Amino acid sequence: MDYTFQFSVVFRELPYLLGGALVTLQIAFITFWCGAFIGVFGAVAKVYGGRISRRVASSYVTLFTNTPALVQIYLLYYALPDAGILLGSMTAVLIGLTLNAGAYLTEILRAGVISVRRSEIDAATALGMSLMQIVVNVMLPHIARTIYAPLSNFFIWLVLGSSMAAIFGVEELTGRAINISTANLRTIETFLVVAVIYVVLTVLASASLALVGRVAFRVRARVF
Amino acid sequence: MKHLEIRGLFSSYGSTRVLRDVSLDADKGEVVSLIGPSGSGKSTLLRVLIGLTPPTAGEVTIAGEKVDYRNRRSVKAVRDRMSIVFQQYNLFQNMTVLRNVTVAPIKIKKRPRAEAEKNAMSLLKRVGMAEKKDAYPDELSGGQQQRVAIARALATNPDILLLDEVTSALDPERVNEVLDTIRALTSEGITMLIASHEMAFVREVSTRIAMMDEGRIVECGSPSRVFDSPTKERTRDFVSKILKH
Amino acid sequence: MLEQIAEQVPLFFGYYNVVFILQAAGRTLGMTFVGCSVGFVFGFLIAVLRQSSLPILFLPRLLGIAYVETFRRIPFLVILYIVLFVIEPLMPGTSLFGIATVSVCLLSTAFLSEIIRSGLESVPLPQIEGAKALNMTGLQSLFMVILPQSWKVILPPAAAFVVMFIKDTSLASQLGVIEMTFAGEMLVNRGFSPVLGFGAVLVCYFAMSWPLSRLAIRLEKRLEAS
Ligand SMILES: Nc1ncnc2c1ncn2[C@@H]1O[C@H](COP(=O)(O)OP(=O)(O)OP(=O)(O)O)[C@@H](O)[C@H]1O
Ligand SMILES: [Mg+2]
Repeated sequence: MDYTFQFSVVFRELPYLLGGALVTLQIAFITFWCGAFIGVFGAVAKVYGGRISRRVASSYVTLFTNTPALVQIYLLYYALPDAGILLGSMTAVLIGLTLNAGAYLTEILRAGVISVRRSEIDAATALGMSLMQIVVNVMLPHIARTIYAPLSNFFIWLVLGSSMAAIFGVEELTGRAINISTANLRTIETFLVVAVIYVVLTVLASASLALVGRVAFRVRARVF
Repeated sequence: MKHLEIRGLFSSYGSTRVLRDVSLDADKGEVVSLIGPSGSGKSTLLRVLIGLTPPTAGEVTIAGEKVDYRNRRSVKAVRDRMSIVFQQYNLFQNMTVLRNVTVAPIKIKKRPRAEAEKNAMSLLKRVGMAEKKDAYPDELSGGQQQRVAIARALATNPDILLLDEVTSALDPERVNEVLDTIRALTSEGITMLIASHEMAFVREVSTRIAMMDEGRIVECGSPSRVFDSPTKERTRDFVSKILKH
Repeated sequence: MLEQIAEQVPLFFGYYNVVFILQAAGRTLGMTFVGCSVGFVFGFLIAVLRQSSLPILFLPRLLGIAYVETFRRIPFLVILYIVLFVIEPLMPGTSLFGIATVSVCLLSTAFLSEIIRSGLESVPLPQIEGAKALNMTGLQSLFMVILPQSWKVILPPAAAFVVMFIKDTSLASQLGVIEMTFAGEMLVNRGFSPVLGFGAVLVCYFAMSWPLSRLAIRLEKRLEAS
């Protein structure tokens, strides 16, 4: 078995691949922030909501965290047209991943909200702080510190999870890898290079998130 | 020949030098107490002796045998004859009282279980914990845990026993039950090194007192000498402050 | 659209389809089970390796860290492709199921190793020093002191991780392994409504994952209480 690796044909396509990495990051970013938007409502509903909104929020979380995102997106992509709603592949992927992210972020944010101890709020009230001051000075720093590490990890998870988009023909990093390898037939080389790009991408993301965390929230997050 | 001989011992954590040229010795059966302010290096000295913190220089000799702390076998031999009781109770949380006391004799010294358990029960009886033999550490009070820890340390028949502030994490009512246990041990021929802030107790049970400050032994002598007529300014200062309370 | 679905229901839940879906579910569970068991064993070894401080183990330790950190940063889909294109020429005739299972093992080793490592690190240092002072060897203190205290910390995230993995195996459909997701695709291609095909698959995944998620939450609560 002698196989000679030929990376040069892949390296020629590096700019194209890096462009794909940019799309990957965009997908991760969009789904993260849209998911966070849902997550805030979900977490508030779960912690402070009445019986019905609590029930709705936890059903949503249970449903989406216990089924694969891939099948959810399949449903959006193939079943909705039957109901007359035609989604582009990118749109279907973004919606599917956002709904997923919303469910996970609901849980992460909820853990943050309940980590604020009643006694600390009482102490702040006793010191004569206003509600706004309590939120800004007591609750938010506490929540930020609790959820920062899980949030960063989840962002990394989204970067990796967005590779699913390739299955629907979206030309992000994995999608472009498939394109190249079907053209140059250097599949192993192509995917090895892409794997390295993913590793570098996520290490950079973890490192910058850790840095931001340390500066902004005084969180000691570890990159490795 | 001295039973325990420490010569010019140095140790540091990273760049902070914690022990600087510590020399101390003890005859067999002697009870030597280490006193001194917080952070003076008492715990570190005991940790170095039992091989938990590496020394950077110096010599330790036990019953005429030089210890090489970089050599696993040598450290193993030291721990074979030396036991330690720590400040925080570190009984194994996953084991019952009896198992805590028998684990080392059975698993490490390979004694028969029946013999080890019999010995353990007599030790537990001595520290007044025999009824609690099946309890887990988190079901015991701090003082009770510390008494079990002493029994565990004795179960391997050490001839040197290190006690690191074994009462400082206890509430005042519990202190005496532990001190009584230690007091009963001092007449058994075990060489003891006690780091403690309990001045009255130390004075009563020790044959000698070593005053430590900033990683050095500033003064060493009989209890009455160190407490009543200290020669060093630093000792006088420390003793007068402590005894005032 | 609803009429069409209603029309298809009796046909869809025919004997052959149900058996087909159940077999596919078996493959999903099989991949998850083998992947997580193998991952647990190797993950454990790497985690222990990372805890040890023996100088001779320096290189293996470094390799272990590199392995874990790399494989946690590559999408499962990409791992699947790499394993496929490496194994196919080396060992022609390996089944797609086998290839997917190998990929699952590679990934789960990395993730479970992290979970086990943080479990081992949760045991307070004084416990370990106590063991050392009693002359226990590294392995003795691992098996007699550290592990009995850390499995409580390891189990909840490990259970949550298995749920994660049941879902991740859906990507193996891209290789052509007839696990649940691919079974859904095939049924849809045979003309069944996507709502029916993928809906049934979704329900099956839920039935597998939900009990485990519940267990994970239960274990977590019990851990917090103690
Ligand atoms: N793990 C460590 N890392 C860094 N420095 C340490 C560590 N442990 C102890 N030190 C430092 O070593 C010095 C001596 O500490 P040590 O615990 O030996 O003092 P001590 O005399 O036992 O004090 P105490 O009476 O409070 O127990 C202190 O300055 C302490 O800050
Ligand atoms: Mg101390």
